[in-house]
Amino acid sequence: MMETTAEALRKIHEESETTANFTSYPAGRSKISVRDLDFFYGEHQALFNNHLEIAPQKVTAIIGPSGCGKSTHIRVYNRVFQLYRDQYATGEVYLDGENILKPSTDIIELRRKIGMIFQKPTPFPMSVYDNVAYGLKLHYRLSRSELEDRVEHALRAAALWDEVKDVLSKPGTALSGGQQQRLCLARAVAVEPEVLLMDEPTSAVDPVGTAKIEELVETLKADYTIVIVTHNMQQAARVSDFTAFFFKGKIIEFGETEQIFTNPKNKQTEDYITGRFG
Amino acid sequence: MRLKSQTRRKSMDVLLKVIAFLSSLIGVFFLGWILLVIIRQGAAAINWDFFTKLPAPPGGEGGGLGNAILGTLYMTLLAAAVGVPLGMLTGVYLSEYGRDTRFGALTRFTINVMMGIPSIIMGLFIYTIMVVTVGHFSGYAGGFSLALLILPIVARTTEDMLTLVPHSLRESALALGAPRWKVTLGIVFRAAKNGLITGVLLAVARISGETAPLLFTALNSPYWPDTLGQPTANLTVTIFNYAMSPYQNWQTAAWGASLLITAAVLSTTILARLILRGKKA
Repeated sequence: MMETTAEALRKIHEESETTANFTSYPAGRSKISVRDLDFFYGEHQALFNNHLEIAPQKVTAIIGPSGCGKSTHIRVYNRVFQLYRDQYATGEVYLDGENILKPSTDIIELRRKIGMIFQKPTPFPMSVYDNVAYGLKLHYRLSRSELEDRVEHALRAAALWDEVKDVLSKPGTALSGGQQQRLCLARAVAVEPEVLLMDEPTSAVDPVGTAKIEELVETLKADYTIVIVTHNMQQAARVSDFTAFFFKGKIIEFGETEQIFTNPKNKQTEDYITGRFG
Repeated sequence: MRLKSQTRRKSMDVLLKVIAFLSSLIGVFFLGWILLVIIRQGAAAINWDFFTKLPAPPGGEGGGLGNAILGTLYMTLLAAAVGVPLGMLTGVYLSEYGRDTRFGALTRFTINVMMGIPSIIMGLFIYTIMVVTVGHFSGYAGGFSLALLILPIVARTTEDMLTLVPHSLRESALALGAPRWKVTLGIVFRAAKNGLITGVLLAVARISGETAPLLFTALNSPYWPDTLGQPTANLTVTIFNYAMSPYQNWQTAAWGASLLITAAVLSTTILARLILRGKKA
């Protein structure tokens, strides 16, 4: 597993020599480096010794059977798990070399840098416009016209502008499921994050909506580092550059997507990919 | 294997349906009867003077319950002004911060006990701390005893309504970088808005008809409630006093007051239902 990871990373960071060695830090130009990550729901341990390197401006897919810790893993990156009293993480997660798990992390700034899309669309109970403006108003001091420009820009980035430009004052919940998810995407990209976490973003969206979101992932990776959790292997194969296979809280295999899907090194990965379990 | 009797199953089905239907019919029948009696008896008392004049002397003519209407309004407003914010913040604590804590559990338990305490005991409590100490009855004491009643109801509904808001909504607001207090006030409250308004309206409707907590606190008064620092006229104690009096005009006024309270509670409840329905649309 270690070797696979290293190989994959070497390809995108040819000039970096340090990436090959997981124990040394800093790890080349990885956007996010996960080290020794364990995660607990109270007594129950859900992640075991996770190591992962997330390449900048690439799409990294996280696949694996239900309950294997995929979502749990990415929920550490923006520390959203802290909403719950009994959940905690140990280990290190470096974002551009800063360990975000250390207590002094400015969590608000962290979450501005790392946006997240959830499994079910979660439009806020307000208008389409205000949904997108919400995050902008949280982080930036903007004039009304600047705000309008940014909202439009974000909605265009989410390929939603043409569909909603005439209904900006309608409640966000009135949109279709796929539109709602793209609204959440617009809301997330509006604050100009560096990383986008997507937790099964298309599992509640119809096939047409799914295709649109997958297309977006393709365009958005020019500007953002994307981590997408999916239980849909075709989706992982279609949209991602790298794939990590999770099983029972452990990262079994990580590498370039093509290699993982055509030539998995691990028997469990192969079994999962070929549909023998999961 | 022998199949169970189909007829038996079907007849039990019909029987239960009939019993349930009859029970609800009986309930509705009595409610209708109560409304009918109140409207028939009370309508006679309702006129312009009823809302604007002071009570007539026993056996006299004319007059109204303007002072009691105003007194009830004042005290209900005072109770809501004190009890609703306190109750809401308690509910916020229970749902957003203390959900799984020991103190949260203790608070929740206390709130439930408070909801079950007979209102007359709230009245007695306020009597000992706000009436005995100053030496006279007052509208403030009345308002505060009603506040004690409204607080747990509002706390409870607030908690229930906020708990209904899915965690995913909180998470997505947090994930955008919103601080916790903004998530609570800007997102969670907004998502639960209709339920919260309904809860407050129903709680206000509930206390506006309370008599017992006012008996030892606001008492009653034949004068206008210029200040809440004195015994204060109110509709419910007026009903209590007038209905038991031997005077025809007072009895009629008591019916009028009953009709007014019933109508107010009914319209508040209907308004609350409409608001709640608006949410689903």
